[in-house]
Amino acid sequence: MTIGQGIPRRDGYAKVTGSLQYVDDLQPEGCLHGATVRSPVAHARILGIHRDPGFDWEGITVLTADDIPGENVVYLMTRDQPALAKGVVRHVEEPVALVAAPSRTRALEAVKHVRLELEELEPLLDMEKAESSPIRIFGEDNLFKTIEIVRGDVDAQQGGRLIEGVYRTGHHEQLYIEPQGMMAIPRPDGGLCITGSMQCPYYIIKGIGSFLGPRFEEPGSIQVVQAATGGGFGGKEEYPSMLAAHCALLALKTQRPVKIVYARDEDLRATTKRHPSRTRIRTRVTEEGRILSMEVDFLVDGGAYNTLTPVVLSRGVLHSTGPYRSEAVRIIGKAVATHSPPNGAFRGFGAPQAQWASERHMDRIARELNLDPLELRRRNLFEEGDLTATGQRLVQPGAKTVLEAALQASSDLEDVRRPEHPGSGGDSARRSRGRGVSLVFHGCGFTGNGEARLKGKLAMAVEQGRVRIYTGSTELGQGTDTIFPQIAAEELGIEVDLVDIAPHDTKQVPDSGPTVASRTAMVVGGVCQKAARALREAVQAHLGTKGAFQHLLGDPRIEGLRVESQYVDDGRLQWDDQTYQGDAYPTYGWSCSVVDLTVDLDTGEVLYERFISATDVGKALNPVLASGQIEGGSLQALGWATSEEVVLNEQGGMRNDRITNYIIPTSLDAPEMHTVLVEIPYEGGPFGAKGIGEIPMDGPAAAVAQAIENATGAVLDTLPMTPERVLDAISEGRLL
Amino acid sequence: MPHTERAYDRVEVFSARDLPEALSLREEHPDAKILAGGTDLMVEMELGRVPAAVIDIHSVEELRGVRERPGGLWLGALTTHRTLAESLLVESWSPCLVEACKTVGAIQIQSRGTLGGNIANASPAGDTLPVLMALDAEVEVASAARGTRRIPMAYLFEGYRSLCIEPDELLVGILLPEPHVADRTHFRKVGTRLAQAISKVVMGARVRVVNGVVTEARVAFGSVGPTPVRCTAVEEALVGRAIDPQAARLVEDAIQPINDVRSTAHYRSRVARNVLASWLMHLTENCEEDS
Amino acid sequence: MKIDFELNGRACSREVPGMTRLLDLLREEIGATGAKEGCGEGECGACTVLLEGTPVCSCLVPSVQVIGRKVRTVEGLETSTGLHRIQEAFVEHGAAQCGICTPGFLMMAASMCESKEPVSAESVRESLAGNLCRCTGYQKIVEAVVEVVVDATH
Repeated sequence: MTIGQGIPRRDGYAKVTGSLQYVDDLQPEGCLHGATVRSPVAHARILGIHRDPGFDWEGITVLTADDIPGENVVYLMTRDQPALAKGVVRHVEEPVALVAAPSRTRALEAVKHVRLELEELEPLLDMEKAESSPIRIFGEDNLFKTIEIVRGDVDAQQGGRLIEGVYRTGHHEQLYIEPQGMMAIPRPDGGLCITGSMQCPYYIIKGIGSFLGPRFEEPGSIQVVQAATGGGFGGKEEYPSMLAAHCALLALKTQRPVKIVYARDEDLRATTKRHPSRTRIRTRVTEEGRILSMEVDFLVDGGAYNTLTPVVLSRGVLHSTGPYRSEAVRIIGKAVATHSPPNGAFRGFGAPQAQWASERHMDRIARELNLDPLELRRRNLFEEGDLTATGQRLVQPGAKTVLEAALQASSDLEDVRRPEHPGSGGDSARRSRGRGVSLVFHGCGFTGNGEARLKGKLAMAVEQGRVRIYTGSTELGQGTDTIFPQIAAEELGIEVDLVDIAPHDTKQVPDSGPTVASRTAMVVGGVCQKAARALREAVQAHLGTKGAFQHLLGDPRIEGLRVESQYVDDGRLQWDDQTYQGDAYPTYGWSCSVVDLTVDLDTGEVLYERFISATDVGKALNPVLASGQIEGGSLQALGWATSEEVVLNEQGGMRNDRITNYIIPTSLDAPEMHTVLVEIPYEGGPFGAKGIGEIPMDGPAAAVAQAIENATGAVLDTLPMTPERVLDAISEGRLL
Repeated sequence: MPHTERAYDRVEVFSARDLPEALSLREEHPDAKILAGGTDLMVEMELGRVPAAVIDIHSVEELRGVRERPGGLWLGALTTHRTLAESLLVESWSPCLVEACKTVGAIQIQSRGTLGGNIANASPAGDTLPVLMALDAEVEVASAARGTRRIPMAYLFEGYRSLCIEPDELLVGILLPEPHVADRTHFRKVGTRLAQAISKVVMGARVRVVNGVVTEARVAFGSVGPTPVRCTAVEEALVGRAIDPQAARLVEDAIQPINDVRSTAHYRSRVARNVLASWLMHLTENCEEDS
Repeated sequence: MKIDFELNGRACSREVPGMTRLLDLLREEIGATGAKEGCGEGECGACTVLLEGTPVCSCLVPSVQVIGRKVRTVEGLETSTGLHRIQEAFVEHGAAQCGICTPGFLMMAASMCESKEPVSAESVRESLAGNLCRCTGYQKIVEAVVEVVVDATH
């Protein structure tokens, strides 16, 4: 039995001894260092790119868009984003030229001596003006995507009260502690090996093949190997393809290994962030607080290029009702283009923005109807057989279960206050304590037919009397390399120590699909379980026996036996991409957050006392890893709630591009966390498991807002709730 | 492994083994940067401000330690914030300074950063500076040519990141005057988070209350102007009467905060006033209890 | 400048400019890549090493200041008798996720184990505040450190 056991992670030893190699730890002989020349402005025509004649260019390579052998596109969903801007720049920090030099210092110096001759053009930076602006960035109307969901007739609902609110969120930075980094190494056969910090090795192959020219569209010409990756959180989903394109181009031209590792400030300024959002919600509610109709208008800022924005929008609108039923729903979502650095994937992927709004709106309803916010939630939460906005009939929804479990757990805990910290004012500080609760859901895996189209693969083989798993699903710290062996071992009835996992190297592993969307444990883990079954059957067939696998594994006759399995759609999910009706997700996770906090009434600072959550994980394959995901995601959400603000300059660039002023929580800022794992099994997942990576991001911020309101009466509808905003909102803020 | 070229390679390093050597190097190289614990200088260099030369005084043992002297407590300029934070002697003289030292970055920074460095760096956000001002501390500076002299903290800062000391002078120590039994002191830091934060507002304050009347008051703030600043108008309003929290209203006229990447002028003003008012109010309540 | 110092109990000597960051000396000149760079300005703590037993950010220490001194890095925690207790606790508690901050946390915690004063559970969060982690929410790190350090110092 290994499923359900919190066995230590596979890479634990390498991680605690410092022997694990991240990309910046790799220092191959003759490696050049790359650096990027970026646009200082949001929108401009490029008139020229000049090298400073006074600078010593010996040993330095400079490349521009003219040096690209193939198509100047980093491809993911559309072909709009160039690897190097040509003719025009569309956002501040957009790459315009590349430099390679024998040292990082020389490369960075050289960047300063490449002069861009630009004719500045008027930028469009306000997402709320994008659709009507005469400035065109994408298509005819600057809309990357519009999604409309209609169920029932909103206008036919009568009676009750109309309650309307507007809710906003700002950018949010992933802030993985390892900055983005990549290396490209030319192979003797003319191909390229790319290694680095990434979530999705196969995205890079797809992203840069045509960029490098026809030769690199041949299978096998680009090999991608994930190096140990120091956190991703979505930030290393699509951006690494850009970095890989840059390294690859420099490596091809110089025929040397080229490494680019961003300094923190460059990483903060240049790479993708969570989409800022604005959500309008209007509900018709009975005096008892029953929701009759819900209208949502959801807007996100995609930035200058499409990247993954349409999918973020999709997940946003699909979660924009929150876990609540309504007779009639009308949702309109729009993702617009602006001259801002492109926004991209970040844990939760639109759902946190949408449910920040839906939960704040529930609190608004409670306030206006003078109802208890918890009671209001109990009256509207999804129950068995209820329909979601897309008409999906819910099976075993866990909303009520997680709500009661979290409340129970928080009432059981002894209420211990955190110790006073230096400089906080001690007894003289005026403070007020509050509690808040939020309730969210999160669709697991890809939306609609996504998995059916993708058909993620995983291979498994018998090697030297052991089982070896081959998967493109990567290890980011979340535990893929531990959980997959657990799944295989459990299915095969062998010790988990007999199962290995191959390096995430595209030369060896099949495409399991990207490591995103809370899909790895549930979807690819399911394929892993299936592969284990197939391997057992293959072994039994090969040996002509029905014996237990554990007794057969050592048999030399099965050495090298290999099976490959893939996700197969069972046809149970019905989804219409045009009408956005049907089964949006195979299943949902559910989570309730309870936060106890103290507001300093003199300063507006929020001090987290403790955080309790109950989350439906289907089945905790490894409870230590599962609760680790929830705790980590929750703290990211608490940071987003009160301290993580991206301050923009007039070009739409990030001004606070240092860890000293983009403020993520320290251990002292973090509350004690108590995590309850609720298990409502999903039959489609391995041993009942659901995806859990993202759901902890969805709820905590709204719980914080409710707690601040509970403590002070201040109502905040914009994230982050910085001390500046909280102090303004505290009506009694003036002491004198 | 061959040496990799780096931005710091061209910096000339002069190492001083003792104080006379440090002073003569200072005299010879008035443009060199002083390298103590490195916690500010190394960050400056990382941001691209690389000096041509540095004088490393880290090994000058005479500048380390805490010593009682007649009329005061001498803190060597190279004493780290960590040493000060753990010193029972400093705690007994000024719990407020101990508290301030504990908020200077995290342990890694406190263990390297020195009190002298915090002063000489002259950041308006320096965490210990308002406390030292409120305590009427003096800094001791020395030069090879003219020996030592003392400068009151209140007159030390002449402009943004600039001290009124001569190019051949080195900051060698800090003197805290003897605490008075009737003194109440307070340190408050409002930062960007609870630990290793740069302050948005930092306050050091002291009132001496004799027979229910304030006889001396010091109120100093950091992060609210180009230098740490004493609010003399507030101090004057406090003296000669029972503690009056209303005096905190005068804070806003005494400071010149700005909008920057960390906060707003509006917030800083309001918070400076609020934290002073809360402390004064707390004192009022406690003084009543005492009598 | 000749930098002679002791690294993990062994004499070590390199010729580098005096202002070379200790982090670069370790990683690029010596090849000891256990200490990581997350910010380059003493904020994230990923480069924490022990200098004469004291935790410091190696990105803020110029090599000139380690001459004649003892430096200990994550590579020096494991001995012939096995992993340091704090390393074991990190594995058991799930305190390492992506692992990039782990060497810094371990060095901070290892220094706490050697504290002459008893370390209280309440003070652990304050002591760890110079090391940033983005994966764990700190809960499991705090649990691992409390288990080992409180025990080691009482």
